[in-house]
This record gives sequence, C-alpha cells and structure tokens, in this order.
Amino acid sequence: MMALIKRYRSAIIIGIAFVLFLVLFPLWRVKAINSILFQSKTMLLVIPPIFILLGLLDVWVPREQMIKYMGSGSGLKGSILAFLLGSFAAGPLYGAFPFAAILMKKGASLTNILIFIGAWSTTKIPMLLFEMAALGKRFALSRLFIDILGILLISWIMKLSIPEKEIDRIYSEAEHID
Amino acid sequence: MDTLILYVVAAVGLIFSYIKDKKKTTTALKKAWKAFEGILPQFISVLFIVAIALAILDTATISRFLGSGSGIWGVLSASLIGAITLIPGFVAFPAAASLLHEGAGPIQIAAFVSSLMMVGVVTLPMEIKYFGKRAAIMRNVLAWFFSLAAAFFVGWVVSL
Repeated sequence: MMALIKRYRSAIIIGIAFVLFLVLFPLWRVKAINSILFQSKTMLLVIPPIFILLGLLDVWVPREQMIKYMGSGSGLKGSILAFLLGSFAAGPLYGAFPFAAILMKKGASLTNILIFIGAWSTTKIPMLLFEMAALGKRFALSRLFIDILGILLISWIMKLSIPEKEIDRIYSEAEHID
Repeated sequence: MDTLILYVVAAVGLIFSYIKDKKKTTTALKKAWKAFEGILPQFISVLFIVAIALAILDTATISRFLGSGSGIWGVLSASLIGAITLIPGFVAFPAAASLLHEGAGPIQIAAFVSSLMMVGVVTLPMEIKYFGKRAAIMRNVLAWFFSLAAAFFVGWVVSL
C-alpha cells in the first residue's frame, strides 16, 4: 500500500493542483474539464493496441534477432528498419516511449531507438497524407525532408554527447520491464 | 483512422499468436498490462498537465499568437506553443490551414507544426521515466532548436 502511494505520489500532487486550478480559475474550468475528458478518451483509445503489440513483441521476438536487425552492428539496414517502424506507427508520441523501452530491452542500439522516436514523431505516413491535404504538398513535403535530416542530426548529437555510463544506466532500467 | 489500423494490426497479431501458442499469448497480455501499469502514474500526471495547458492555450489564444505574430517573435511564440501543447494532427492541421488562409505566415505555422510534433514538454514525465532526465531533456531541447530551423526552411520553400 505504501509503495503504491509512493509510486502515485506525483500524480496525486498534480491531481490536487488540477482541482485547485479548477477552483481558482472558473473562467478556464469548462475548458479544462472538456480537455481532460477529450485527452483521456484519446489515451484510452490508443493505449490498448500499443501495449498489446509491445507485449507480443516482447514474447515473440528473440533478443538475438533484435540485436541482429537493430543492434549496434546493424548499420544502415538497422536504421532504415527503425525509421520504417516509427513511420508506420500510429498514435501520439507518448505511445512511442514504452515501445522504445521494449526495443532497448531487446538490444536495439540507442541511435536506432532515437531514429525510431524521431520517425514516430514526425514522419508518420497517415498523418503526412492528412497534412498534405490541409497545408499543401509543398509545405508537407519540405517539412518531411527537413525533419528527416533533423531526426538523423538529433540522434547523432545525442549518441555522441550522452556518456557511456548514462546509456548503460538507461538500458539497465529497460531490462527491468517485463 | 490511424487508430483503426492500430487495432487491426494488434488484433491480427493477437489472433496469430493465440493460434501458435496460447500460453505465450497470455504471457504477452500479462506483460502488456504490467507495462501499462508501470507507466500509469506518469500517464495520469500528463493528463492533468495537458488539461491545464490546453485550457489556457485554447485554439483562439493560439490563433492570436500565430495570426498576428509576424517576425521573429511570432516564430518563437509559435514554436513555444507547439512545444507545450499536445494536439492530435487531425485537429491541428485543419486549424493551421485555416490560419494560413487568414494570412498567418507560413514560417509561424511551420514552427508550430514542427515543434508540436517533435517537442513534448507536457509528456516529459513519461519520457524521463524511460530515458532518464538527461537524455529526455536533451532530446526536447535539440528538437525545439531544430524545429526553428525547420520552420525557416519550410517557409523558404513555400515562398519559392
């Protein structure tokens, strides 16, 4: 019980702050309530399939295979795979994080994880079609082009500047997920 | 729409898995639940933070920033708003399109769209849980700077 309360401590504190916000700012009350309902609905809709898929991935894909295809020795092929995996994903960026953690647990390299997250955030195919229709081909395609460069640049900078020790720590955290 | 695809893929995967190995499938579902429960506290925190951020920064407020904000300050505030908010693309794109038609600058719109996608200030608690403070904050800062550069590039291409 104590452990449970401890885990949910920050959620409880933020929840209290939310209630205070509702009490103190009646002007924003309706909007805040509407938005929390809308966001909960989106999350509840998107979360089940994402977590089911990561459960299946965890059970069916052996570690050796993941290391072979997306590990640090996988080269260009691994990066392309990470990019495609992220691009064909669906759902908001927060869905990418638990997925990335399972990929890490299975031995995908940090660079490929970062490419995967970058692709998930900016190059999703269904969203791109929608963006083209709303904002025009020129806008959507130039944004896609520059963001692909950005994904590569960001993962390269991060790989170079995060110390080995911190990378090991992040990976050992991911090991504990089961 | 893309959520539907996600459900189809998950359902097909689940059926195949069940046919091949019932026990493994049960384990997969147990793991799925455990992974979800593990991140639930952060999920709940993010929900509250998003609700407050979106109550203050509603569409009307965002339009005011993006619409009138010409010049570098408009671009900066557009990218900051994009960084803080969490709006699904199917809501953000039509809104951005109507702003564009009303005369908002393409650089501002691009700054907003890029940072909306790449930077997630409100989802930081979740990102930190998996990647640690250092990597999570670094990714967001880099992505924010990059979204500014991307905005100018897109603005330039659109103006050609």
